[in-house]
Amino acid sequence: MKEIYFDHAATTPVHPEVVAAMLPYFTEVYGNPSSIHRFGRKVKTGIDKARSNIATSLHTEHSRIVFTSGGTEADNLAIIGTALANRDRGNHIITSSVEHHAVLHSCEHLERLGFEVTYLPVDQTGRVNPDDIRKAIKNSTILISIMYGNNEVGTLQPIQEIGTIARENGVYMHTDAVQAFGILPINTSELPIDMLSVSAHKINGPKGMGALYVSKDVRFAPLLYGGEQEKKRRAGTENVPAIIGFGKAIEISQVAMQERQQKYVEIREMMLSVWKQAGIDFCLNGHPTEYLPHILNVSFIGQNTETLLMNLDLEGIACSSGSACSAGSLEISHVLKAMKLEEERQRSAIRFSFGINNTMEQAVYAANKVVEIINRLR
Amino acid sequence: MSQTNQNTRVVVGMSGGVDSSVAALLLKQQGYDVIGIFMKNWDDTDEFGHCTADEDYEDVRRVCDQIEIPYYTVNFEKEYWDKVFTYFLDEYKKGRTPNPDVMCNKEIKFKAFLEKALSLGADYLATGHYARVEHRNGEAHLLRGLDQNKDQTYFLNQLGQHQLIKSMFPIGHLQKPEVRKIAMEAGLATAKKKDSTGICFIGERDFKEFLSHYLPAQPGEIQTLEGEVKGRHDGLMYYTLGQRQGLGIGGSGTGEPWFVVGKDLKQNVLYVTQGSTHPSLFSYGLLASDLNWIPNEMPQQTFECTAKFRYRQPDQKVQVEILNENCWKVVFEKPQKAITPGQAVVFYNGEECLGGGTIDQALDKDEC
Repeated sequence: MKEIYFDHAATTPVHPEVVAAMLPYFTEVYGNPSSIHRFGRKVKTGIDKARSNIATSLHTEHSRIVFTSGGTEADNLAIIGTALANRDRGNHIITSSVEHHAVLHSCEHLERLGFEVTYLPVDQTGRVNPDDIRKAIKNSTILISIMYGNNEVGTLQPIQEIGTIARENGVYMHTDAVQAFGILPINTSELPIDMLSVSAHKINGPKGMGALYVSKDVRFAPLLYGGEQEKKRRAGTENVPAIIGFGKAIEISQVAMQERQQKYVEIREMMLSVWKQAGIDFCLNGHPTEYLPHILNVSFIGQNTETLLMNLDLEGIACSSGSACSAGSLEISHVLKAMKLEEERQRSAIRFSFGINNTMEQAVYAANKVVEIINRLR
Repeated sequence: MSQTNQNTRVVVGMSGGVDSSVAALLLKQQGYDVIGIFMKNWDDTDEFGHCTADEDYEDVRRVCDQIEIPYYTVNFEKEYWDKVFTYFLDEYKKGRTPNPDVMCNKEIKFKAFLEKALSLGADYLATGHYARVEHRNGEAHLLRGLDQNKDQTYFLNQLGQHQLIKSMFPIGHLQKPEVRKIAMEAGLATAKKKDSTGICFIGERDFKEFLSHYLPAQPGEIQTLEGEVKGRHDGLMYYTLGQRQGLGIGGSGTGEPWFVVGKDLKQNVLYVTQGSTHPSLFSYGLLASDLNWIPNEMPQQTFECTAKFRYRQPDQKVQVEILNENCWKVVFEKPQKAITPGQAVVFYNGEECLGGGTIDQALDKDEC
């Protein structure tokens, strides 16, 4: 059976060059980077190189990068770490209702610890209104966390504006850029942000690896205590092969970025045109112009997300909905709910997300399969 | 491997138990295009985060991986609550004893779940029930499972032609020990798993305690039919007609055991009688509603067959009179004990299950 992978927002295949870069670090260059001997030094060199890669890609210095076990830990570290270290300044945090659960659940955890969190609404395209940020800020506000681009519908947030408001008010600004990193250029030297989370496995790197960019002025407490790795910001012996792989993946992601964006846009347009021509009743979820090009979220009116996903899987096509919960069953996505889409649209939404190996031919094939399935179900 | 089987898609409703695991295995061996689906109908997550459904689904995943079939999970918690649990509570409120398994098969497994299976392009829905279905000349015949001890047609009595014609019961021709053996030989993850007991959403928990979360219990008097107060009851819903255990009035009177013979909802009185042969314990017939007739050909206005009034009871000879569309009178050849409103009466002709209904009322000798 033909297998097509359209779920790159969930995870991506590791690039062969990434695998090749990682391999020596399992068996040949295996020292502990904290050791003083040559074995340790060799590894340290590799880590430094990876750190420089990520720093360069984000237009910052290597000392601003903290490696973590993934995007989730980076989000936790940014939010909980900042909140705990700045309690003396205030206990209020502002975020949005469409954040990834790594952010939302970190905030809920802080609420249980006595912090106050404002979850801002979004409009029907999934965007936060910067004015709402301005209104929500109070004396006790210490942190704003708004994602760069949404993982479900791809909507980009007005980070520049929100960050500027944060700066004006002396509030830390964090952004979860897990979906945007490696897809869009991100320049931390120009963006008014203090922290930014990224992940390796969304950009053809290994799973279990991520990083947090932290600007010089952020006072934050670590979540993990132990050795002095990552300048005491994240204890624990480094996941060396994954760090090396992350470095390589970043390198690859920075080359021909625009061409890939263009390809994803073409794939999107192709699928949409197939459905239009077939007379399928659908609507696009997200923002019409401000979106991540590799994420396409569509509601097929009259259909049911779960049934469609299963049918597509049986046809070899992998895509997804919002979030999968325990015992596997689907819950309506908190993002679509927050966008206040009609229930009909919430219940029939599917996310296709593209990656470097996808082709136009796959787009046509998959789009036609969707048509076939919907026609059969009618 | 049969070409037609290869092109026949079968969705197996998998519970994480050994029966449905073997059902899926057998279909796979017969070359069908098999898909395993786990149905979550109830959330019993406890304070430690344990959820039976999660554990069961894990077993489903293991088995499906082993026999190499795709698997999914669907959530029918809302449907189950609306169609089965609400009915379950309503019946208890009316002082009756519901049968949620019959309702679950009718409203969930062979309705919502069947629809889901068909929407995945399935030709059939298979389950691990101990029953058989024969498709002859476009008509489905529901037959007892060959394991007489396990036969589950009692719970399937409300299914119609449109459901049975799409159904397969791959283990209906097997004895339970054979099913276990097949599972063992195939090394299925569920081969040694304990059978589930009781009502699925209550599980091993205390029934009284469970029910008290949903229905207010109103304690009252236990009386003999003559009006003598024998003690207190904890709430009428906790008692079933014919019940002997747990009355807390043992030893008194003649020393023989006491039995529940009736409930007066208005006065909140539980009636008991002493001795297992007391005439008030016996009925001579019953009235049933919610009637379902499986064969295409409808019965005569009066007909004879055998029937069960509770699961695993040996068949009893009866004469059925169709009073009207929603009320059938069933007269027993021999008087029967503990005819319980809310439970199912299920009709048989030899091996074939003909359908059934819900018991509304037991009848005395002079009412028959």
